[in-house]
Amino acid sequence: MKYLDEYRNAEAAKQYLAAIAQITTRSWAIMEVCGGQTHSIVKYGISDLLPKAIRLIHGPGCPVCVTPVEMVNKAIAIARQPGVIFCSFGDMLRVPGSDCDLLSLKGEGADIRIVYSPLDAVNIAADNPQRQIVFFAVGFETTAPANALAIHQAATRDIHNFSALVSHVLVPPAIEAIMTSPDTQVQGFLAAGHVCTVMGLTQYIPLAEKYRVPIVVTGFEPVDVLQGIYMCVRQLEENRHEVENQYTRSATVGGNRHAQQLVNSVFQISERKWRGMGEIPASGLSLADDYATFDAERRFDVANVSTAESAECISGLVLQGIRTPLECPAFGATCTPEHPLGATMVSGEGACAAYYHYRRKAPSASLNNKEPHTP
Amino acid sequence: MCLAIPGLIESISGEAESRLAKVRFGQIVKEVNLVFVPEADAGDYVLVHVGIAIARIDPTQAEKAFTYLDEIGATGKVGEESA
Ligand code: SF4
Repeated sequence: MKYLDEYRNAEAAKQYLAAIAQITTRSWAIMEVCGGQTHSIVKYGISDLLPKAIRLIHGPGCPVCVTPVEMVNKAIAIARQPGVIFCSFGDMLRVPGSDCDLLSLKGEGADIRIVYSPLDAVNIAADNPQRQIVFFAVGFETTAPANALAIHQAATRDIHNFSALVSHVLVPPAIEAIMTSPDTQVQGFLAAGHVCTVMGLTQYIPLAEKYRVPIVVTGFEPVDVLQGIYMCVRQLEENRHEVENQYTRSATVGGNRHAQQLVNSVFQISERKWRGMGEIPASGLSLADDYATFDAERRFDVANVSTAESAECISGLVLQGIRTPLECPAFGATCTPEHPLGATMVSGEGACAAYYHYRRKAPSASLNNKEPHTP
Repeated sequence: MCLAIPGLIESISGEAESRLAKVRFGQIVKEVNLVFVPEADAGDYVLVHVGIAIARIDPTQAEKAFTYLDEIGATGKVGEESA
């Protein structure tokens, strides 16, 4: 498909690899923020093709992985209530809560539906006026416009049997948390191209200055990732720390202003708990006062559900790049994608699952492959 | 979940918040909401995430991943094949 296949071109990838090798004179640790990039890097074996001096650290940018167990427990508590239709993106269903997950609850007969778009959940609400429809609104800035649009449509269409369980997170505060951690090894970032397509680049300029780290907004296909790494290494070698944009075909300096406007009216910035990273101030979105009646936490009285994380799983350290999945004693033993202990093993974008699928064997994908794409 | 996929707008219907497009992704055609990309037209490629277009893809910028190789002195011409 156009704008996908050409960025899997093996020849271009090789040229970038050679160019990276040519300019690398020292060891550098670069974090790719987004789970989609992690998936590409592990799938195509990019870490192994890079010069040994370049280490990629997998960041916290998978919404499924950073949603705290507490939020999953709230979802389960709501989905259990009679009369509720609980709607979610498919990848949230297998995230383990404290005593079960949404998928097993569905098996027991709860009305839990996988939707492709949050707008589908609004239509389900319109079609079922006697039921309560709850949408699990998780995600980063990329998904916030879609979720804001769904809530806004419910308001303008007077669909009051719709509500949203909101657990939205933001990338810049996570970068800040990683850079202020005393254990951090990160020297440069590949920022998430789709997050920046929505939000633009300007939020990253003060971060690059304050922490003296290069931040390169990067896409998701192998050629994108390799160009992003090249640009980042080049800055590191030249002792620069700027915000640069590799993903110019979609991400612009100002981002998508129409999307930002709606996000800013439906949501407000709030404190959020991140799985494995704890509370981070101003790191997420919750519903703005004007939309508070659509807040499922209030409607179903689950605001006080609170849960500690499992002690065995080190996904918090994995998410911060302090440990790799291979360093977790549970990896591949008691923790597998069939029986995940932590969210980073559940989602295909999670570092543990990506390692499990591609790293135990030789990388299975090759460049230039023609895989089916699902929008 | 954060996956966003480029697709080609084949036709457009409706206005404002319900401005919808038929968007082609390879063999699949899906309905996509265009409220956030009012500038997008039939024949444009848009980046689609969970049923909503978040950007119009800039065709001239899309070449940059390959022209950049020339700029930095890496050899060869690549990236000209596209489905
Ligand atoms: S392998 Fe499993 S237990 Fe270990 S960090 Fe990953 S998700 Fe947690």
